Amino acid sequence: MILFLMAAIQAGTPLLLATLGEIITERTGNLNLGVEGMMLIGAVFGFLVGHSTEMPFLAIAAGAASGAVAAGIYAFVTVTLRANQVVTGLALTIFGTGVSGFIGKYLMGFVLSEGFIDQFEPIAIPLLSKIPLIGPVLFNQNYFVYLAYLLAIASWFYIERTRFGLNLRMVGENPAAADASGINVSLYKYVHIMIGGALCGLGGAYLSLVYVPAWQENLTAGRGWIAIALVIFSQWNTLYALFGSYLFGMLGILGFRLQQFNIPYAQYIFSAMPYVITITVLIITSMQKGKGSNEPEGLSVPYFREDRH
Amino acid sequence: MKYAVEMNDISKRFGDVQALEDVHLDVLVGEIHAILGENGAGKSTLMNVLAGIYTPDAGSVKIYEQQAVLRTPKQAIAKGIGMIHQHFKLVNALTAAENIVAGFDSGVWFNAQKVEAKIEALSKQYGLDIAPSKRIRDMSVAEKQRVEILKVLYRGAKILILDEPTAVLTPQETEHLFAILRTMKREGHSMIIITHKLSEVRAISDRVTIMRKGQYIQTEITSEQDEQTLTNAMVGREVDLSLSCVPATGTELLLKVDALTVLDDLGTKRLKSVSFDLLKGEILGVAGVAGSGQRELCEAIAGLLPIVQGDVVYEGESLLGLSPRAIINKGISLSFVPEDRLGMGLVSTMDITNNVLLKEYHRQKGFFITRKNSRVLAEYLVDKLNIDTPSISHPVRLLSGGNIQKVLLGREIENNPHLIITAYPSRGLDIGSSHLVYDLLNAQKEKGIGILFIGEDLDVLMGLADRILVMCEGKVTGVLTRDAFDKQKIGYLMSGGNAHGGSDV
Amino acid sequence: MFKITKQRELPIVKVVLIKLAAIACGLMLLGVALAFLGHNPIKVYSELVLGALGSSYRLVETINVMIPLTITALGVLIAFKMKFWNIGAEGQIAMGAIAGSYLALFHSNLPKPILLVGMVLLAMLAGGVWALIPAFFKVRYNSNETLFTLMMNYLAIQLIVFLQFSAWKDPKSFGFAKIAQFNESAIFPKLFGVHIGWVAMLFLVFAIYMLINHTKLGYEICVVGTSKNTAKYAGMDVKGTILKTLFLSGAIAGLVGVFQASAINGTLSVQVSGGYGFTAIIIAWLSGMSTLVVPFTAFFFAILTQGANYIQTVFQIPQALAEVMQAVILIFALGSEFFVTYRIEWQSKGGPTT
Repeated sequence: MILFLMAAIQAGTPLLLATLGEIITERTGNLNLGVEGMMLIGAVFGFLVGHSTEMPFLAIAAGAASGAVAAGIYAFVTVTLRANQVVTGLALTIFGTGVSGFIGKYLMGFVLSEGFIDQFEPIAIPLLSKIPLIGPVLFNQNYFVYLAYLLAIASWFYIERTRFGLNLRMVGENPAAADASGINVSLYKYVHIMIGGALCGLGGAYLSLVYVPAWQENLTAGRGWIAIALVIFSQWNTLYALFGSYLFGMLGILGFRLQQFNIPYAQYIFSAMPYVITITVLIITSMQKGKGSNEPEGLSVPYFREDRH
Repeated sequence: MKYAVEMNDISKRFGDVQALEDVHLDVLVGEIHAILGENGAGKSTLMNVLAGIYTPDAGSVKIYEQQAVLRTPKQAIAKGIGMIHQHFKLVNALTAAENIVAGFDSGVWFNAQKVEAKIEALSKQYGLDIAPSKRIRDMSVAEKQRVEILKVLYRGAKILILDEPTAVLTPQETEHLFAILRTMKREGHSMIIITHKLSEVRAISDRVTIMRKGQYIQTEITSEQDEQTLTNAMVGREVDLSLSCVPATGTELLLKVDALTVLDDLGTKRLKSVSFDLLKGEILGVAGVAGSGQRELCEAIAGLLPIVQGDVVYEGESLLGLSPRAIINKGISLSFVPEDRLGMGLVSTMDITNNVLLKEYHRQKGFFITRKNSRVLAEYLVDKLNIDTPSISHPVRLLSGGNIQKVLLGREIENNPHLIITAYPSRGLDIGSSHLVYDLLNAQKEKGIGILFIGEDLDVLMGLADRILVMCEGKVTGVLTRDAFDKQKIGYLMSGGNAHGGSDV
Repeated sequence: MFKITKQRELPIVKVVLIKLAAIACGLMLLGVALAFLGHNPIKVYSELVLGALGSSYRLVETINVMIPLTITALGVLIAFKMKFWNIGAEGQIAMGAIAGSYLALFHSNLPKPILLVGMVLLAMLAGGVWALIPAFFKVRYNSNETLFTLMMNYLAIQLIVFLQFSAWKDPKSFGFAKIAQFNESAIFPKLFGVHIGWVAMLFLVFAIYMLINHTKLGYEICVVGTSKNTAKYAGMDVKGTILKTLFLSGAIAGLVGVFQASAINGTLSVQVSGGYGFTAIIIAWLSGMSTLVVPFTAFFFAILTQGANYIQTVFQIPQALAEVMQAVILIFALGSEFFVTYRIEWQSKGGPTT
């Protein structure tokens, strides 16, 4: 049971990182459907650097940086050139699939050294890991997992409790109001879209460096889309995302675990669960008519200061 | 005497439109300066330049006699310039305090309590009464406006720009706002107020600058001018400000609205037991602050909103449960113009032909449509109403406001309605075009057609209507006949007949 | 310093030129990248075109890619005209394929014409219904259709996974998770060497063009797309129009599903939609929502896909190049729309002065 829950946390971690990235992105009012692409790019570059330098830190940094660069392309096209966000996001996904497939062709079959992989062994946190049940599940993990906890909590404080976060929310809700208040709308959008991309890249790098760890074609296997679903599920709140990612991570591996018990169809039902749950959340929040919804009002609307109303 | 603002030779184009051409403006320290002009005169554009929102093509700006570069709102704020926009730039999901401080304060953490206390103090100082922790979406229009003013004061603005601040207020709320402006003036602030209402220019301003068609005309000391001279300068020719109302003679009942109650999409009651009669050949004016249920009233009669209670009887027949199309076929025309005329009556991206087709296509038989008739009618309208357009295949959104209104009303009238429901038909039009619209309506009235006229300018309503029905928060607070028209009385009824009271004005 | 202003309406020729220039820029950038990898870009490009069109066999393969792209893009386009962001074509294709396959697998004893017509109708019904679900919630509760249709894709694909690995798994496949090949009677016939989907494609291009420009429904779709309020005001049944249109949009995608399953793959598999649903969105967008442009854009994308397939063997360039190329060209084309809408004006330093 504990092993299973530990595995759920590990499966949920790439989802969490990507979801955090997409929440931060959407909070600026930009819907970036390129999560899958940015994860793939992060995964392939993380693996490439990890394999050639044998330095985990550099590998992680490469994953995040490449994700940020990919998001930077998206930001340039949607913010500066004001193109349609949905179509640009899809283009980014195709781009990521292509680039990662292209580079990945040369990485097939490569493995990371033992020493490299050892650096991602679980580290038990003193005291906390001694708490029954919760301790070993949550606090006996590799530092990628701890990083994800930290990022989720930090981004909540950032968005809800700092002035930058307040400005960010204003940009996402109503860019014209933000602009009139003296906030640099484009700068905020660029910075947060790229931070978002870095987090997606990080999620991808986790897959290729720690979770699998190897390169394989289409490594992310739709996790980017699940992350987009998770943004809705967690209602644009990074703390809910923490919970949701591990839930969805658990659903993801539950199917395979249940295979051994021979429960018919369970595997398929559980793989479909994240989408069913997300659709349900989507319907329920729309039934409440936006009263409780945190969906940014300015989501996917381009902004041009001199547009006349 | 020191200048707060000097703008020289400001020019600005939008695509094909020269919005400003070599415009001048100077504002003294501690002055309330009105900018007067018709819609499209470039008042808002000029002020958006001053607020750093639009970058001018040419011209220079001095603030407190120092050359200033205002390329972003941030730079303008730094120079002490704050603008209160006509369409409030506030975030609905955030609180008043959050809206006020966003983008301004430095430091990392946002401490709601500390900020709210600071705002509380500021609001006391100027008599701008708000609750800092209230969310914008829960506020009334007047409250939102106070938040906007506090927002610029919080940023230390010494030069305030108010774009049509009274458009959304009752006469009583307007008085209250003017009192606040006078307080700020005593504190040494300079204020620029954009308006097209002469009475307000005279009530509040020290000097007035007149603009016309993107050009600077003249600047005058307000107290030395009378309304007629100002109007002539604004319009550029002698105009007759009077409106004609041929008293209605008919007694035949056309429309009877009985205890009408309507809910909006969110389930909030928007009309509360509204009752009135409309006679043939009568213009019934509807007065009220924006959002008092005018829109819902129009939509309920036209069959667009489900009626929860009550009845609408048209020529002796109930309209209850009829589809919008069935109601159109009975000869009821709704030409509702909400925020912009393109929002409801017309399809902005389509050309005149396709817009004429809108009210005609469903009468065609079969699956396919032809545009032959519509083309003929479009040509006819362009010709008859002098619609200024390159061709009938020109998208309507590229036409000027007056021409768009002509397309809309022209189409409606060609459908030979018996009842015309029209909301804000002259919004955004210059005086000439407005009068053309009023003449069109008066001509229909003489033919015995009943007109429900939703208006915002009380002077226009009082000039045109036979009777005025006043609404407040979805209720009818009074119906006045022509001989009992009185601005104070109407204003009193617009605010529900109790808020603020009529006596303190 | 420079500043940006709104452009007035550009003549159509200029718009096309801007887009073509953007595509050329994209190809140039890719060429530089190819040169950097040690290939001669001109040679790669010419081989790419040759690989897609060089022989009748290759041409057929290219057309086989063009058909689903065109048809799906047409389906997506009518929803987009209404500003309904249906990005669920992928799932609608999958549902169409499932429904068609059901008849093909379990009622293959029907006479061939009846079977094929049945497959088409059932597939269109399934695709349409799959699109109706998000449309229903859109009109009823104003749910966000972009995200809803996106989620529906994965639900449909999960359903195929289930069928392929469990319910419909071919017992004779020796443990391989695959569904049995269709009976010959469930395979669409060929006409001039290409499966008859091309006839459907040409018919649909014409039909959708007529629908949008010369029918009441088409007029209603355009009005709803610009302003729902105006549509209601004119007495249109807005909800009905949305539901009708989305059913049609999904049905067209469903048709693609049955063609792909039967005529291309000969059976149902997880790969049936093959990303065509997403590429179709891009094609509809790049075609400027213009029906008659769609087949040309689709043909261009088909050349890229098939050509990249070919140069993989000639130059040992991974086939993923096709996706990179599509994406780069697309990103350039998307960015170029900026120059259609806006104009950049250069000014002397220090901002405006007299």
